[in-house]
Amino acid sequence: MENFDILVSILGSTVRLSIPLLFTALAGLFSERAGIFDIGLEGKMLAAAFASAVAAYATGSAWLGLLAGIAVSILFSLVHGFASITNRGNQIVSGVALNFVAIGLTVVLGQAWFGQGGRTPQVSGEGRFSPIILPGADAMRDVPIIGPLYANVISGNNILTYMAFMAVPLAWWVLFRTRFGLRLRAVGENPGAVDTAGISVAWMRYRAVIVAGFLCGFSGTYLAIAQSAAFINNMSAGKGYIALAALIFAKWRPVPVMFACLLFGFLDAVANFMQGKSVPLIGEVPVQIFQALPYILTCVLLAGFIGVARAPKAGGVPYVKER
Amino acid sequence: MTTASVPLPNWISYGLIPLLNLLLAFFFSGLVVWWIGESPLEALKFLIQGSLGRGDAIGFTLFYTTSFIFTGLSVAVAFHAGLFNIGSEGQAYVGGLGAALAALALDHYVPWYVTMPFAITAAAIFGAAWAFIPAWLQAKRGSHIVITTIMFNFIGAALMVYLLVNVFIVPGKMAPETRTFLEGGQLPKLDWLMALFGLKLGPAPFNVSFLIALVMCYLVWLLIWRTKFGYEMRTLGISPSAAIYAGVPYARIVIIAMLISGGLAGMMALNAVNGAAARLQVEFVAGAGFVGIAVSLMGRSHPVGIILAALLFGILYQGGADLSFEMPTITRDMIVVIQGLVILFAGALEYMLRPAVVRIYQQFAKG
Amino acid sequence: MSLDPSPAPAIELVGIDKKFGPVHANKNINLTVARGSIHGIIGENGAGKSTLMSIIYGFYQADQGQIRINGKPIVIRDSQTAISSGIGMVHQHFMLVENFTVLENVVLGVEGGALLGRDAARAREELKRLQKDYGLEVDLDAIVEELPVGAQQRVEILKALYRGADILILDEPTGVLTPAEADHLFNVLRVLREQGKTILLITHKLREIMAITDTVSVMRRGEMVATRATAETTVEELAELMVGRRVLLHVEKGEAKPGPVLLSVKNLTVKDSRGLKMVDNVSFDVRAGEIVGIAGVAGNGQSELLEAIAGIRKPSSGEILIDGQPVAELDAARRRELGLAHIPEDRHHMGLVLKFEEYENSILGYHRDQRYGRGAFLDLEAIRKDAEDKIAKYDIRPPNPRLKTANFSGGNQQKIVVAREIERDPKLLIVGQPTRGVDVGAIEFIHRRIIERRDAGKAVLLVSVELDEIRSLSDRILVMFAGKIVGEKTSEAGEQTLGLMMAGIAA
Repeated sequence: MENFDILVSILGSTVRLSIPLLFTALAGLFSERAGIFDIGLEGKMLAAAFASAVAAYATGSAWLGLLAGIAVSILFSLVHGFASITNRGNQIVSGVALNFVAIGLTVVLGQAWFGQGGRTPQVSGEGRFSPIILPGADAMRDVPIIGPLYANVISGNNILTYMAFMAVPLAWWVLFRTRFGLRLRAVGENPGAVDTAGISVAWMRYRAVIVAGFLCGFSGTYLAIAQSAAFINNMSAGKGYIALAALIFAKWRPVPVMFACLLFGFLDAVANFMQGKSVPLIGEVPVQIFQALPYILTCVLLAGFIGVARAPKAGGVPYVKER
Repeated sequence: MTTASVPLPNWISYGLIPLLNLLLAFFFSGLVVWWIGESPLEALKFLIQGSLGRGDAIGFTLFYTTSFIFTGLSVAVAFHAGLFNIGSEGQAYVGGLGAALAALALDHYVPWYVTMPFAITAAAIFGAAWAFIPAWLQAKRGSHIVITTIMFNFIGAALMVYLLVNVFIVPGKMAPETRTFLEGGQLPKLDWLMALFGLKLGPAPFNVSFLIALVMCYLVWLLIWRTKFGYEMRTLGISPSAAIYAGVPYARIVIIAMLISGGLAGMMALNAVNGAAARLQVEFVAGAGFVGIAVSLMGRSHPVGIILAALLFGILYQGGADLSFEMPTITRDMIVVIQGLVILFAGALEYMLRPAVVRIYQQFAKG
Repeated sequence: MSLDPSPAPAIELVGIDKKFGPVHANKNINLTVARGSIHGIIGENGAGKSTLMSIIYGFYQADQGQIRINGKPIVIRDSQTAISSGIGMVHQHFMLVENFTVLENVVLGVEGGALLGRDAARAREELKRLQKDYGLEVDLDAIVEELPVGAQQRVEILKALYRGADILILDEPTGVLTPAEADHLFNVLRVLREQGKTILLITHKLREIMAITDTVSVMRRGEMVATRATAETTVEELAELMVGRRVLLHVEKGEAKPGPVLLSVKNLTVKDSRGLKMVDNVSFDVRAGEIVGIAGVAGNGQSELLEAIAGIRKPSSGEILIDGQPVAELDAARRRELGLAHIPEDRHHMGLVLKFEEYENSILGYHRDQRYGRGAFLDLEAIRKDAEDKIAKYDIRPPNPRLKTANFSGGNQQKIVVAREIERDPKLLIVGQPTRGVDVGAIEFIHRRIIERRDAGKAVLLVSVELDEIRSLSDRILVMFAGKIVGEKTSEAGEQTLGLMMAGIAA
């Protein structure tokens, strides 16, 4: 039974750790499906985290924090769009640049405004997204197996967590069942076809990166005022890149994206749990193995050893009308 | 559209436009400083004083410059072969392992100049090794090298932390780092060079790796523009289909170019590990690999441009440290913002000003 | 609409002018196309046909001039305007999303509502009707990349019709089609005309113009030089109008004196990335002192054959021997060392690195030669000297080896390639489309150089889609169709005979 409790606790933290990955990977999904590579997911998440923490602190409202996070993240998206869509710049270079701007600017502004070395003051109460206890969670706690799972894994998460999981079918529906999604996918495969169909390639791609910014706004907000209670220097800590890895691992498809994020979240949770513990027969397993696993798995996938990951065909290529 | 095909004189393409882009980056950096309520001009003054005002300041500036030359060259070599190596950071980190092993093995027995060639070789080999798998995956399996090198940065970081915490740590110490190298494992400081100019180096870790970096600049120039391999690299980088036509072996070029790139990144460790800290520490690269991207973009992947761009970033890094003492509201992270803006304007937005410049140029050319 | 007896022409172009930087693509173009007719526009590559059509379709804006549709002047700012004015276009390179279904491709841009589900059924009904009316069979639920080329083209036509096109522009529609598919296309076009649609057919193939059009306009170097009723003109007249003088039918050359075999191809099969046989069990020899021409409609495997011989594309089976040596396992560079030279079909992407300076391109493929530097290093002085010699000998202008290659004209770029390949004095020269996009003066020059190779006792393999070029240069002609060599003729063979073979009809 003790092992089961451990499992429940690991699953609980798996869910919590995979949420920022999930929002961010879905953001990348929209951008990359439209043919715009987005290395800048990390930066957008970080900028959104900072903005949401500042706004939540200033207003005392988590929802206004979310709004600020989304706004700032979309602003970063628009710069990325301006560079890579309007000016046909290198999308990777642009993403790298924005990551640096985000890492630096959040600390510079944080220090200038709050003088705590880049951290923002703690927010509490209404300024945070707090856990929601689903109906019957406490009552069910004693039911074997299902009870603890319901109470500790499914219940007790904040609203953003539930939104993240709802975003998965929603993203699928938007991409595959709406006009917007059809055009978005088309523009990532053959922008010429979209252009000759009388649709503006640039505007279509701008809308895609705006959606990406919107979703990164959620992941940043989650980091700052749902999972934590303040912004901390570089608190995204490479999660944007793990999300990118998850996106590739899922071969740019929404539902597999969710499973990839859960898998990488699970590895993270196991790493945290294993810290300093030793496994029978093997001894102490270095946590670094679990930290490196998402990246190793993604490389193995990219090498084509587990199926072929077919990226959107026009990805990374600025659209120029052919003469 | 129509302005894209207008040829511009080289001094505009390679001089004026990059300069304007740089000025734009600094203009926006100034805006940030102004936004947080400080005077941009005042900040600039502290920045210059802090980086060039005294002998030790110059020493620190040149110390940073040295690291950035190595990583800038690393990114540039890959660029010329059409590869975007974002992994210089990780390659430098793993290169540090090589540099440290050479020092740890030899410092008891031989003077520094005997250790040096071993340290150079080991740093380069370890850096190259860390570039090899992404290179091989790109060459043989078509895996996107941008993504794999990013992944390898993280894998490298995990590996190095594991080694430092579990293998190299000095028993009884808390800090995850190797023992301090004896003099035989260090690279001496360049006090004499500074003295030639009547400057005192003080505590600044400006060391012999600066000279190694300059030699590497020359070798890279030779490689790219004066060798058959460099010719093949550039052919592949500009036109993959022409490279196939010409019988340029794709996989070979990709792998060798990345090995050279990784090797150059690895050599950055000579400066930080053997030159400055005299031991291998966690995260000693501290972003220098990423600065290399900015340096290479700004320097147009040419060694001379890279030296100038590396110097500029050296000034920023050293001056920025000083600036944060003088103006506590501006943290050192301001440098990272500037770095990002430079990459944005000199890299991603490099064509933004071109149409306007072309129009003005045509006006002048006509009139 | 189609029954409206309006007397106004479907399309009128008045004084259309367009420049791309220094290139004057369209000069003061006037054109009138009657409603319910098939109007051909013919001209060589680079004559400005595609630019003109792109202007009508709103891809580019004309610098000057007016477009009238059904008598009404309109400004076509973008493709959307063109579509709503009833103009549809079938591009030379299909504008299809390959991993979408046919239905998804057709509705893209005119989906109806914001949700796909409800309107898809209606679209399907409408498409079924269009398919029946015009004979455009294709499975609406098939994934486009899995369809043969002819079917993909039908998807493009369906796309245009579904958007209510009354005027259909087809840009080089038969370039990628098999003869059977081309026939099918022409039948569709005839039905469309009967239903009152207006068709603009852009091509450089005279035979098609004669076969299907009612009227024809000829473009040359950006100008519209003539318009004729098809019934009242001849192939010869159109050809002369296209080129601007009598077509070069005969190049002076003496009797061939074939020597030993220098190139031997045995049972060669080449597959493309989808596993389709592009070259199918082909065997032939080329001897010293002869030019062997490969005739065929573009896309029948000639390009792949040439690339397989050059070492650019890997054959799936068969043998290639250069001067008796099997080369199937060697890369392009090793084959050059055996005396092969290759003037590629696509000089922009293969033959030259446009960003290089001229002298750098003058060694492309031969850069490892000890003449250009010992060991690992390049001897820039020797290379530049060598480049200057070639520039003088081939009259390459401007005569500046330090100039960026992109800044040379098409003809001079081709001369850079020709000079590089021929000056090596190769035993075997293989040439693809040597005069595509090259001005007339350079054409003659290049043709003479090729014949000189033969007269010097070397072997030449020539691939061209220009039948005239093949006939005037070759000593023997092999005809390729659907990846196979379907027959061999001498240069005396009539155009008609060859044409039928190229169409896969007679052997």
